[in-house]
Amino acid sequence: MEYKDYYKILGIKKDASKQEIKRAYRTLARKYHPDVSKESDAEVQFKEIGEAYDVLKDPKKREAYNQLGSNWKAGQEGFQPPPDWEQNFDFGGGSGYKNTQNSTHDYSSVFEDLFGGSRAKQGRYSDSGQGAGFQAKGENVRAKIMIDLEDSLTGAERSITLAVPDINDQGQVINKQRVLNVKIPKGVKEGQSIRLSKQGNPGFGGGEPGDLLIEVAFNPHRIYNIKDKNISLNVPVAPWEASLGATIKVPTPDGKKVDMKIPQDSQQGRKLRLKGKGLPGKIPGDFFVILQVLLPPSTDPKVKEYNEKMRDEITFNPRNFLF
Amino acid sequence: MKEVIDIISGSILEDEPTIDLEELCQFCQVPAKVVIKFIEYGVINPSEGDSPEYWRFHQSVQIRTDKALRLKQDLGINVSGVALTLELLDEIAELKQELSHFSHLNQTSHLD
Repeated sequence: MEYKDYYKILGIKKDASKQEIKRAYRTLARKYHPDVSKESDAEVQFKEIGEAYDVLKDPKKREAYNQLGSNWKAGQEGFQPPPDWEQNFDFGGGSGYKNTQNSTHDYSSVFEDLFGGSRAKQGRYSDSGQGAGFQAKGENVRAKIMIDLEDSLTGAERSITLAVPDINDQGQVINKQRVLNVKIPKGVKEGQSIRLSKQGNPGFGGGEPGDLLIEVAFNPHRIYNIKDKNISLNVPVAPWEASLGATIKVPTPDGKKVDMKIPQDSQQGRKLRLKGKGLPGKIPGDFFVILQVLLPPSTDPKVKEYNEKMRDEITFNPRNFLF
Repeated sequence: MKEVIDIISGSILEDEPTIDLEELCQFCQVPAKVVIKFIEYGVINPSEGDSPEYWRFHQSVQIRTDKALRLKQDLGINVSGVALTLELLDEIAELKQELSHFSHLNQTSHLD
């Protein structure tokens, strides 16, 4: 186990009072809760905050930690905890976020007043009891993955790395890296989850392993915007194309170029739909082209000339509706 | 220490068949009374059925149930607080998507 500066993690001074510790923990726990925070390392941060609070809130653990901390500062390369470090400190496993449910510490006790409610004292419920022949399915594990639009359009392989808690020969809890090559199903959309059967935590007493549920989010795309199963693209058009109608070339998400007919008198922002050209699926999404009328620069004398001609010869008041 | 294994294919959770109350409780490892309370407070909703024995849930409900359980436990929020938190998080996610849509519009209309 490497040395961690719990004071720094909670952003407090060495001589912080109990109240200060509690306050710092509450604020940070809310900020980094993995279900609330959008930061990619929220889970790790949240775990560290919990670990730091668990030690610093207890005067005995805090004192022991302070001593070890100064030993470490005396200049050892890597921090070598005494063999019984884990026992004395009972960090509840130091495992992945998921395991906070199994650990003995109760992070939430200090939060009872947050929304003014009392909460059930027990962690995750285990009604099944510990009787003989107890068998249970392992817990589901959750992870997140960022993919590109193209991955969902055609299906792709991506590797993800999971930190899996394990126990080494010395009985210490270590984080082992597990790399999974995952096939991204075609047509997956933002917010959906990919279920990998039996890739979660191991079961108990011969029970089946849990599943791995990977929540999908998209990286922003250079030109396309994705919403649900629909993909949209802003396409600039010249004023005369919008006005007279035209046929223009448009790049579709599948990498092709298609001819698109712009109807006469198309106003700025007009949406044109290519049915079924969005994300694939049983009911595929649509592809929308949103017209953006771009003015040619009037630094061009010809443009200036034509515009002046229009101003002088055409009767058009776009602001009629305002009065 | 790395361990590489073969490519695994998964399924999209949201496309799988719906589950019943018992399966939901099993997946989330909670007793039915907890799920029922979540439903009473609108934290989660069954997609069909009028009473517990006929309830059917979308698969994604298990993720929401999991989130609710963790918020409840880690931050000590009561059930209506959890419902409020999840609704606000949903709303923020929607707004962010709208915002990215509009900033995208803005960006392309300023192309030179």
